[in-house]
Amino acid sequence: MPHDGHDPLSPSGHPYRPDQDEPLTYWQCMEIAIRELLVEKGVTTDAAIRAQVQTMDDRGPAQGARVVARAWADPDFHHRLRSDGSAACRELGIEVGPMKLIAVSNTPDLHNVVVCTLCSCYPRNLLGLPPDWYKSREYRSRTVREPRAVLREFGTTLPEGVAVRVHDSTADMRYLVVPMRPDGTEGWTEGALAACVTRDAMIGVAQAAHPKSDGI
Amino acid sequence: MEPRNVVEVGTRVRVADIAPPGHVRTPHYLRGRVGVVERVLGPFPNPEELAYGRRTTPLPLYRVRFPMGELWADAEHPGDTLEAEIYAHWLTIEEDPDAA
Amino acid sequence: MGGNAAERVPRDDYDFALWEKRVDALVMIAQAAGLMTVDGLRRVLEDMGEDAFETMTYYERWVASLNQNLLEEGTYTVAELGARMRDVRARGDTYGTAQRG
Repeated sequence: MPHDGHDPLSPSGHPYRPDQDEPLTYWQCMEIAIRELLVEKGVTTDAAIRAQVQTMDDRGPAQGARVVARAWADPDFHHRLRSDGSAACRELGIEVGPMKLIAVSNTPDLHNVVVCTLCSCYPRNLLGLPPDWYKSREYRSRTVREPRAVLREFGTTLPEGVAVRVHDSTADMRYLVVPMRPDGTEGWTEGALAACVTRDAMIGVAQAAHPKSDGI
Repeated sequence: MEPRNVVEVGTRVRVADIAPPGHVRTPHYLRGRVGVVERVLGPFPNPEELAYGRRTTPLPLYRVRFPMGELWADAEHPGDTLEAEIYAHWLTIEEDPDAA
Repeated sequence: MGGNAAERVPRDDYDFALWEKRVDALVMIAQAAGLMTVDGLRRVLEDMGEDAFETMTYYERWVASLNQNLLEEGTYTVAELGARMRDVRARGDTYGTAQRG
């Protein structure tokens, strides 16, 4: 570990997220050095790195929400999504990447939730970068053992008779939960449906719900 | 099980109860446990070789379903299930206890 | 760590800093260029041991693993990295000022 004179933990016990104006850390210094060496050796270019960062910034749960909304609106698409998730996403112009996508659908009898106990595998092309809690020791340790307790912490209490299925993303697959379509959304456009689909619902720690209306 | 032999969906399989050092993608909590093949995912390169920069021969990868009661003595709901992807060389076919 | 006893799931979230996004981008680019695999990334993360999980942030661990993989691949040498890190540090005291002008 580097010793640069800075306590790595903030008073609240959380790591700092140092950025431009904070004192340069050992690891930031390493990032700059690696980046420059990769450019000088012709592996990549500054423009390609900027483009990759931009691509990541452009990705977010909205992509996954589009996929779920289409599945709700079009049962044939939902069927194709379940049999070959990557190909179905491609129909919507979304490239899932080298890993294959498995879509798992919640039903009145079954609730799916996704975890990666070994690292932090996540369908980043559909949902963006994973939230901190998804990568936390606590989520990764407990979800495979007491998923219902974890769901309750996220405010998700399942009705009696609903089974839970945990998906541990151990190898080459990436998982997307297709939540249940909320009641009272018959006839909604795909755009309106997509607004019901949160990141947490697609990881499976929450249910889809009508978008919150502000101030009412 | 021989890596090239692909078993069918529904086959009962046991995860090897071994703990080799190095990079593996089989979680500890599944080792020695019995589940059922839910889906055959097709050949994938072996991560245990990829991790060390070696060329690999693709292996069948399976999604295996385990009842929570098989994994945890104190399961909240023993009938809840867990699925994980396991490479073929970690699995052996388990005799069905109901047979014979 | 699957199955270990643990506390409540922490729900604080952060935005990623630019340097963290760049680490992520470099890992993706190095993989696409065939210089490392996702399993190589994970192997080094695991070899850091449990302590690293407590003492380093997510992308600190990633940049350490990226570096280890690139050294093993021979993309650059230890000496090249050492010299460059010295030069970077000499440019400035913050992430912003340490960039090449």
